[in-house]
Amino acid sequence: MRPTPHLMVFALLAMLVAPVALAHKPSDSYLFLERGGGGVQGRWDIALKDLDEVLVLDAQGDGAITWGELRARGDEVTRYALERLEVASEGKPCTVTPAGDSPVRVVRHSDGAYAALFLAIACPGTPQELDIRYALLFDRDSQHRGVLRVTGARASETLLFTASRPQLRTSIDAPSAWGGLGTAVLSGVEHIWKGFDHLLFLLALLLPAVLRRSEPSGWEPVPAFAPALSDVVKVVSAFTVAHSLTLSAASLGWVFLPSRLVESAIAASVVIAALNNLFPLVRGTRWAAAFALGLLHGFGFASVLAEAGLSSGSLAVTLLGFNLGVELGQLACVAVFLPFAYSLRASFLYRRVLFVGGSVVVALLGCTWLAERALDLQLWPV
Amino acid sequence: MTPALSLHFPLARQVLLTTLLLTSVLAGCSRAPRGEEAPFVPATDQEVLERVPARAADPGAREREALRQRLDTAPQDLELALKLAQAHIQEGRAKGDPRYLGRAQAALSTWWEQESPPLEVRVLRATILQSRHEFQAALTDLDAVVREAPGHSQAWLTRAVVLSVRGEHAEAARSCAPLGGLAGELTRAVCLAQVQSTAGQSKQAFAELSKALVAAQGGIAPTEQAWALSVLGEAAARAGDVPEGERLLKQALALDPQDAYTRGALADLLIDAGRASEAVELVRSYPEDDALLLRRVLAEKALGTAEARAQADTLRTRYAASHLRGDSLHAREEARFALGVDQDAARALSLAEANWQVQHEPWDARVLMEAALAAGRPQAALPVVDFLQANGAEDPGLMALAQRVRSALP
Repeated sequence: MRPTPHLMVFALLAMLVAPVALAHKPSDSYLFLERGGGGVQGRWDIALKDLDEVLVLDAQGDGAITWGELRARGDEVTRYALERLEVASEGKPCTVTPAGDSPVRVVRHSDGAYAALFLAIACPGTPQELDIRYALLFDRDSQHRGVLRVTGARASETLLFTASRPQLRTSIDAPSAWGGLGTAVLSGVEHIWKGFDHLLFLLALLLPAVLRRSEPSGWEPVPAFAPALSDVVKVVSAFTVAHSLTLSAASLGWVFLPSRLVESAIAASVVIAALNNLFPLVRGTRWAAAFALGLLHGFGFASVLAEAGLSSGSLAVTLLGFNLGVELGQLACVAVFLPFAYSLRASFLYRRVLFVGGSVVVALLGCTWLAERALDLQLWPV
Repeated sequence: MTPALSLHFPLARQVLLTTLLLTSVLAGCSRAPRGEEAPFVPATDQEVLERVPARAADPGAREREALRQRLDTAPQDLELALKLAQAHIQEGRAKGDPRYLGRAQAALSTWWEQESPPLEVRVLRATILQSRHEFQAALTDLDAVVREAPGHSQAWLTRAVVLSVRGEHAEAARSCAPLGGLAGELTRAVCLAQVQSTAGQSKQAFAELSKALVAAQGGIAPTEQAWALSVLGEAAARAGDVPEGERLLKQALALDPQDAYTRGALADLLIDAGRASEAVELVRSYPEDDALLLRRVLAEKALGTAEARAQADTLRTRYAASHLRGDSLHAREEARFALGVDQDAARALSLAEANWQVQHEPWDARVLMEAALAAGRPQAALPVVDFLQANGAEDPGLMALAQRVRSALP
């Protein structure tokens, strides 16, 4: 529809506007709830544009909201939001509190940046149903909507808060511990298979497993399968133990690292692992290197886990399941790779083409990611 | 062993150290992550997360804020509420952000639910309702206003536009008539030309509006001139004179670069003319506007660029978010998207059919006929063909499509 211009009219109004068709995304917030950590856990994404309208986040008034401006007002943002959310179960009020040390993070939706608030909801007993009263922004923007997504054991439900229907009841069933574990294991396996960077890192660590260093400098095929297997087991286990440690620490909110830094460092670790094949620096104790770099990758997994929304079930079960999944995914790679590599280990093809060429390709890919992530460039067509 | 693999130790160490150093330096000055859906902690305090209207340089924003604070203490103050609602609607029109319409509605909340609120509230309410495609409710308000205040030119004009979107062209034309005496002969002529062109009689619309523009030479406000040129340009294009249409639309856009409707119409003209790269340039700077982003996606798709997929994904996510909030405001655009980008004719057809229930503009007719032909179900477009015939439509583009539908019928 075509908008028509302002017309001068009489009455008490100076100017009016006729038909408008506004094609931007309107104001929505997203409230995700699920059972976990002994109660109900939640994440609430609220558009920075909306928070700016009510709290004036852009302190400098320069038209740009920076992370510094949001971070400084994090507690206020949380308080403002939580004052507008009431949760009750069977007629008794539940308490809604910020979860973790740094409850405000940033998340991007299709129309821009949102503040992501992590919530812990504690109800008397084990609630089967929640009565939620939502009062965010309706007083300021009648077209605002609150999109509520409740994830249960079997299905998830999406409900809508509107100015005329600000109160909803939703059932929040308790998933079995096994159900939560299964989801977490799957999520871990999936991450290994989809997270191309972790697979490549693993490949860089595995390529030299069927070779051994021979002085002064060079590689020769291992004489037997057993040492190769034991080397791989050491490397993969060290990696798993290390990433379990940091993943747990990050998920429990003990440590926070900026995701950009972590993602860039992971890319760098891929490069380092591949370069170490070509110009060996860390000798003999590759499991130690795997451990050090595993610590780094654990932080990367933490953001994946956060994306999966701290899957149903308790945090401990989720962490266990996710780590198991990552380990299973890795073992599957090893099971495919090792026999293949062992049989080819003495060939020119393996030592010169696959080992050297593979390491070079992995290093180059790692460099590309590093540049992309650190500089926010787009080097690969999507 | 293999000399190729042996390298000097210090050199290897240098490579590693440089890599490490580079990582920390690069990560330290990194900027906003791209399209991340997982919550994250930005790397630095300086990272810009979002652009908002700059209060420091925007007296309008400060005025709206002051009005709102006064209204908070006196929510029954009609004059204050109207002033604030109007300011929000105006800002919404300038920025294209529907949040402002929601804010306007909030300002009118005291009267919003009333059956017969004060006339000026009804006019603003109709403006907000029609933007949400609640045309029937908007018309109820507008009918009441013109009945009680026949001198309200704004209500007549809005009513004419809503009626013509609905395909009620005769009544729309009758709603343009009083504008001659109330707002000037040119306003009446533009209103009428817009109705005629929407009805598929663009040649006639072009001729009459051209005459009126000559007669009115001089003394036209820039906004009205931009509106007139835009209507004239679109009529020319629909009547088949693409170069004249392009010239006029560009002229209109030069007068009012913020006019997203004209920008979109010009982009459509360019895409139809096989000049997709010019269309991309035209809409590139408006990624937040879904209607303009659609044109960009269609044009990038036609060019086969690498960016097409990322842009299409963004738009698809926005459509999904719109459904999630219970809106179906995008049906026409989604039908074009399904047809042109996803090449899913069946889905395009069902979207176009649903859209035809709500609105009857030329693009609504075009997308339904194209989708029906692509889906191999020409009979689904019969309501459009009948509608065009009943309204005496003559525009060559629509007529050619209607003919293709007829000859494809079993």
